[in-house]
Amino acid sequence: MDLATFLVQCLNAVQYGLLLFLVASGLTLIFGIMGVINLAHGSFYMLGAYLAFALAPWFGDWFFSRLLVGVVLAAAFGYLLEWIFFSFLYERDHLQQVLLTYALILVFEEMRSILVGNDVHGVTAPSWLAGGFRLGGLMEYPWYRVFASVACLVVALALYAVVNRTRLGMMIRAGASNRDMVRGLGVDIRRLYRIVFAGGVALAALAGMIAAPLSSVYPGMGSSVLIVCFVVVVIGGIGSITGALVASLLVGVVDTFGKVFFAEWSGVGIYVLMAVILVWRPEGLMKRGF
Amino acid sequence: MASDAGVSDAVIADVGALPDIGRREAGGWLVPAAAALVVAALPLAISPYGQDVVVRIAIYAIFALSLELIVGAAGLVSLGHAAFLGIGAYATVLASSDSGASLALLVPLAIGAAAVYALAVGALSLRTRGVYFIMVTLAFAQMAYFVAHDTKAGGGSDGIFLYIKPTLVVAGLTLVDLGQRLHLYYAVLAALVATYAFIALLLGSRFGHALAGIRVNEQRMRAAGFATTPYKLAAFVIAGALAGLAGLLLAVKDGAVNPELLSWHESGAVLLMLIFGGIGSLRGAVIGAVAFTLLKELFQSEALLGPLASHWQLTLGLTIIAFVAALPRGLIGLGARLRGAALG
Amino acid sequence: MPSTRHTLAALATLFVASVSLTASAQSTGPIKIGLMLPYTGTYAGLGNAIENGFKLYVQEQGGKLGGREVQYFKVDDESEPSKATDNVNKLIKRDNVDVLVGTVHSGVALAMAKAAKENNTLLVIPNAGADAITGPLCSANIVRSSFSNWQPGYAMGVVAGTKGIKRAMTITWAYAAGTESTKGFTEGLEKGGGKVVKDLTLPFPNVEFQALLTEIAAQKPDAVYAFFAGGGAVKFVKDYAAAGLNKTIPLYGPGFLTDGTLEAQGASAQNMLTTLHYADNLDTPRNNNFRKAYAIAFKTQPDVYAVQGYDAAQILAAGLKAVNGDLSKRDALTAAMHKITVDSPRGKFTISPAGNPVQDIYLREVKGNNNEFRSVAVKSLSDPARGCKL
Repeated sequence: MDLATFLVQCLNAVQYGLLLFLVASGLTLIFGIMGVINLAHGSFYMLGAYLAFALAPWFGDWFFSRLLVGVVLAAAFGYLLEWIFFSFLYERDHLQQVLLTYALILVFEEMRSILVGNDVHGVTAPSWLAGGFRLGGLMEYPWYRVFASVACLVVALALYAVVNRTRLGMMIRAGASNRDMVRGLGVDIRRLYRIVFAGGVALAALAGMIAAPLSSVYPGMGSSVLIVCFVVVVIGGIGSITGALVASLLVGVVDTFGKVFFAEWSGVGIYVLMAVILVWRPEGLMKRGF
Repeated sequence: MASDAGVSDAVIADVGALPDIGRREAGGWLVPAAAALVVAALPLAISPYGQDVVVRIAIYAIFALSLELIVGAAGLVSLGHAAFLGIGAYATVLASSDSGASLALLVPLAIGAAAVYALAVGALSLRTRGVYFIMVTLAFAQMAYFVAHDTKAGGGSDGIFLYIKPTLVVAGLTLVDLGQRLHLYYAVLAALVATYAFIALLLGSRFGHALAGIRVNEQRMRAAGFATTPYKLAAFVIAGALAGLAGLLLAVKDGAVNPELLSWHESGAVLLMLIFGGIGSLRGAVIGAVAFTLLKELFQSEALLGPLASHWQLTLGLTIIAFVAALPRGLIGLGARLRGAALG
Repeated sequence: MPSTRHTLAALATLFVASVSLTASAQSTGPIKIGLMLPYTGTYAGLGNAIENGFKLYVQEQGGKLGGREVQYFKVDDESEPSKATDNVNKLIKRDNVDVLVGTVHSGVALAMAKAAKENNTLLVIPNAGADAITGPLCSANIVRSSFSNWQPGYAMGVVAGTKGIKRAMTITWAYAAGTESTKGFTEGLEKGGGKVVKDLTLPFPNVEFQALLTEIAAQKPDAVYAFFAGGGAVKFVKDYAAAGLNKTIPLYGPGFLTDGTLEAQGASAQNMLTTLHYADNLDTPRNNNFRKAYAIAFKTQPDVYAVQGYDAAQILAAGLKAVNGDLSKRDALTAAMHKITVDSPRGKFTISPAGNPVQDIYLREVKGNNNEFRSVAVKSLSDPARGCKL
């Protein structure tokens, strides 16, 4: 493999990893702070993608407005969903959470089928991001993919800032380490959870919206991203956002280079990675902290 | 951030408070024995298609019973149990040649292959706790899934066919030919009865009581000097082995194996069977398998539900939510509640 | 123990309800046709199109085939090979259908073919192109109205050869449909003096193509042949164009790469050449009438899948007509189904002894939202039916 190809593959790995991070960060937040296993998290990713498709004709090239509206809608949906469904899950044991959220996937899939149908849809990137730049020889690297990576990094930084530098973030971190104490101090923990959940949903939906022009919009796109996200969260350490970032990049690298070098066995790669890391550190790479 | 071993464990257990699984359930041995007799007599009354359905349910009942051993008895939630079902099934098909194979080879092979993988998975997974354990078991199942799905050795996403069903030939006499419908029927029924009896005896023994102790309060057991991991591992391996047996029967019944047998959907489905029936009860596992399979058939039946049948994912999903939310102790729990109400 | 008893009673009721039997008749009463198609999931649109096409033909015959009314039974196969055996048994053993019609996914169809062989049930396949079905699994009671995976691939290989392609690469999912299609292409190309230097695969239904696209760019072949369908087809064509590869390395494929996906693919698919046994704008009276009738009946435009469903009904009808609806005359029925010249919207075609259409494969070019007919790539192409003992 020559240097140019290697660099391109690295770019591919990073871009895939960063997009994964966006989805996984929402999952790890919900996991770590509320202790809820949510198998339906992939459906929020799918929601974002379908939102991108649905909003496209109204917004045209106003890309950021479209993203903003989509995120707000997703957050509102997440807020409502937490209120009417997920808030009842906190007292339940893990098994029930697994099964209830599994059933939720079925419901979401069918609702999607009823509301939007089963066709595959494309979403075009905004025209100011069309095209690409030459990378040594025949290949072009699309600008949109660069944008996707940058956008994910920006969100990561924003997330870090919110969690570590704001009052809200302080309450989140406090609620994560000792729920009862925080409640005792007069913080409305229910509202806090609702906000965190809405945030997690919004992150996943944002990832879906950004990914839509890259992956197109199709049934089942949630399931494929879900399992990989679980692997990322477990490798990174449940509840750790920095862990999720590191893990996503690791997974991106293993997946991308695995496909090139180990074609047949590439699917197994990330699970071997997970097994190895868990043997070494049973609670993930970053045990505590964000 | 919640450290998983600390605050969470006290508030959110892996599996909620359970009835003592070793306790004698109402009717003792009579009820399961009677049920087995009824099922044995069914071929006289129902069509070949009906017999197919019974065989399928019975196989899933074996699968559910095997999972009950670790979820119900040991309190370990595994989201990767389908891997052992699939390994048993694949071992069966891969070891069968074009002229068929002998059960004397296939049964130990399927059970053995599943047990070996269970040993490896268990040894590594049991280092983790709580939610991590759930995720790790899922990941190991995914590994097996991808080997079956992607590699040439695994046969690819279309699966592999089994053309000649296995037989058991002793001294030139064909005792069992699983290619014949009634032989398969009674073989599966026998396997189900044997599995049920085996697990019931196991749970009534010292081993079972140790598992119960681990489930209720592992820390206390360890504080008392009891090494808990070997017990958990043993339960995990036995459960995997039994799931492998179910896999063999499934491969023979369908005449085909497919990577989807190892998918997390399958693992989720068997957990659903347990919760439908009621965790912590062997009868519950069987009842859950029956209820879940029939429910799915019902929701997909155009004859009974008309146009709603094509939206079976919605009806099934909503039913599961309603069920798990309202009846966390499953059908057995419902029965106990009704009985309690009837008795005053 | 009222609890367990109640539970068992309730379950027994459920049980009886779901295995209810229906009576069957051999030569009077309605013909029972079992449709096993995907009604949910990615291929749901294809399942619906096939059913529509089938029913359109029956409608045109006054709702009767071979003089008998038609009764439909439907099962959703979800494109899941793992559930295929159970699903097809519902139709064969529970509903006692006379004819099986299905399906889209090759893996599911293989299970159907196996069951049809074991139970000696008539099976008409309106899409699944698995070579094995008209190969080692072939049987007189199994006929296909669509194609074999090999056919469009081979035709594209021949076209590539005539265009002077010497070094090509193939890329597809690692499953039967994909590998059979690329093998066909390789054969066709080798006839024209070219060769395939590398076969790239990724696991079905993975759609992360970047790593492999980079590999293609590094190898610099003269052309690339890709087999993908549905969502994968949309993404691949778009990714290929986004990587700028379409400007220097022509992308070829069977029609599935661009059928039903053009709206989503947009500019990235323009001017692409594909081969298939159908083209939307075939200007023949037969095709024009068919498209008009379909549009009126179902308020949407037909596609190749609708045509295949329509032709499946035609083939079955011919067989039933020959025996006057008497299904017990099985040999005469299947013989008639093999002897037919089908007057299809795609053009006339015949059935090979192995049960596969012998048909013209067209070269099409993408213009706007249509795959437009350009020329006949290969005339009367017959699948080699390797391994079939008929």
